Amino acid sequence: MSKRVVLEASHAVAEAVRMADVDIVAAYPITPQTHIPERLAEMVADGDLDAAYVPVESEHSAMSCVLGSAAVGARSFTTTASQGLVLMHEALYIASSHRYPIVMAICNRALSAPINIWCDHSDVMACRDTGWIQVFCQNNQESFDMTLWAFRVGEDPDVMFPVMVNLDGFILSHVTEPLILPDQDDVSRFIPEYHYRLALDPAKPTSHGCFGLPDIYTEVKYSQELALRKSRSVIDKGWKEFSNIFGREYKAVETYKAEGASTLLVTMGSLGETAKMVIDERRANGEAVGHLNLRLWRPFPFDEFRDAVKDVKTLAVLDRCYSFGGPGGPVASELRSALYNQETRPHVVGFIGGIGGREVDAQAFGYMIDRANEITEKGSDDLYEPLLVRGLESGTGVRG
Amino acid sequence: MAPDTIKVGKHQIDAKEYLAPGHTFCTGCGEALAIRLACKAIGNDAIIAMATGCSEVCTSPLPVTSWQLPWLHTLFENAGAEISGIEAGLKAMMRKGKAPERDIKFVAMGGDGGTSDIGLQSLSGALERGHDFLYLCWDNEAYMNTGIQRSSATPYGASTTTAPAGKLSMGQSTQKKNLVEIFAAHGIPYVATASPSYPFDFINKVKKGVAIKGPAYIHVYAVCPTGWRTTSDRTIEIGKLATETGVFPLYEIEGGKYRINYEPKNLKPVEEYLKAQGRFRHLSPSEIAKIQEKVNEDFALLKERAERLPAG
Repeated sequence: MSKRVVLEASHAVAEAVRMADVDIVAAYPITPQTHIPERLAEMVADGDLDAAYVPVESEHSAMSCVLGSAAVGARSFTTTASQGLVLMHEALYIASSHRYPIVMAICNRALSAPINIWCDHSDVMACRDTGWIQVFCQNNQESFDMTLWAFRVGEDPDVMFPVMVNLDGFILSHVTEPLILPDQDDVSRFIPEYHYRLALDPAKPTSHGCFGLPDIYTEVKYSQELALRKSRSVIDKGWKEFSNIFGREYKAVETYKAEGASTLLVTMGSLGETAKMVIDERRANGEAVGHLNLRLWRPFPFDEFRDAVKDVKTLAVLDRCYSFGGPGGPVASELRSALYNQETRPHVVGFIGGIGGREVDAQAFGYMIDRANEITEKGSDDLYEPLLVRGLESGTGVRG
Repeated sequence: MAPDTIKVGKHQIDAKEYLAPGHTFCTGCGEALAIRLACKAIGNDAIIAMATGCSEVCTSPLPVTSWQLPWLHTLFENAGAEISGIEAGLKAMMRKGKAPERDIKFVAMGGDGGTSDIGLQSLSGALERGHDFLYLCWDNEAYMNTGIQRSSATPYGASTTTAPAGKLSMGQSTQKKNLVEIFAAHGIPYVATASPSYPFDFINKVKKGVAIKGPAYIHVYAVCPTGWRTTSDRTIEIGKLATETGVFPLYEIEGGKYRINYEPKNLKPVEEYLKAQGRFRHLSPSEIAKIQEKVNEDFALLKERAERLPAG
């Protein structure tokens, strides 16, 4: 029987990991991720989860430890944030290149310096090209659901890639919300037993992590790229199966009140909930505005995104990360790039805000809509506009 | 079925080769010899995790491999964490009925750089947590894979490419980091030194290391003709000289108790060992005397420990 509970997202993720019956958790504490490993350690200590809990001495070792456990075919989970994620950086590439379906929850947090423990997306954006499947959650239910889904998709024989589940630090990780925990039988049906056919096994020795000379490296990397792109069909199939069993629907690109909209607010993660409130108000006033939630970041959903915005005039995109000296926030620049060769395309107006825990409230989203419409009307050479910077007059953009 | 063995005097060695021919180690490589012997001591039913270094490069050029045992290499500094995950993950799967119950030997390997410098933290963590594995450090006393750069295991006075002897320098100006005592201080059940120049002592220690429950560490002397500037036919001889001069004594620390495995009546002068290698060629008599003094001091300290805390 499914049941309605009240949990913070960290504990919701831990519940999903328990129900997925992982064999090993390796983690190192970092704010705001700590509630996830604490809860999992408790479950192991109480016998509610039969898994090895390895309290490693760094995040680099957390990822390295699950590389080892994934190599023997164990269902492996880790979790981190911020500095911990960037400390893992080189090991992330191994996970995707060795095709180990490790699942990692990231409680997104700003990067030092200055040291700051609050939410933005700088940590995961630094890992954009590591070859992991990357999804974002808007609330606690989604944090639970995406964690389950990550095991289902990552371990699919046609995928075999690691998955990052991104949930905003504090805003989700530490906030309690009602959510539905499904029945264990349904979860077991959704995530079948995992058998890794190339597991390190003395009965059938394999070598993992060989040396690639120039005569073979190019082909190895090209096949990895093709495989990640090919995982899209299983990613969607995973959400379809999820909705068949649990009733909640997810898509790579999700729109809200977008029908007939000329302007869309684009967000990733928990701010989508605030943005949708603003859309409700504006729609009530008769404005043609909607919201686009980019759930899947890698592999990027080009077709769905282009289709969702084909009749739109303006995209007001919020980035929670700087790309210093670059073309603007990473999300806005990727959306522009996805649209550049399209015959008709909306004007992409980028905003960077919500950095290091700075609040982006309804008023700020209202401003983004109006300002983006104004820029589409009048044109602008600005690369993007920083939001809510003290002492900076609104409307001041950053030029190249 | 017992493995086929080769009889050497009163000793028997596994006849199977776990490190297949075709690898690209230099001629006379002490590390290659050590790996070959270690694997014979470990036998089947093992999983190997290896740090980046000469051995990984020389044994695994895609699409071929020399490894007849399941083998994982990922990064330079993480062999300790990797073997932790392999051991903990597989044991959890066995407990849960997801993998057949077997007595698997978990073995991690790395060079002196991967052990004493970049991988020290990862290994320390794995030892402290008490995972059931054997770590083998192949100590050739510098970063040989990248071209003979100094590590913290490079001995005082050796010339390397990043601590070269020159007009103002006598090469390495620091003393070799004592990894054996560092790992013994973790309170693990078994720590030892070994050398392929004493193959049966080495094989016995590896067997002991994998049989003991909990973490074990063996520091293996790996002569590197290329980096030490010696000829490839003198590998065994130089390894012996290292032990006979007291530069690299063979001993074990079992449950905190010491046992010196080979103690010559009189230590040979360290000069014999130094003169055999190009990396020490530049040393003045006064520097050699200084090294001799330090070797005497260290050996006396080891003997003092072995007398105070005898393994019986």
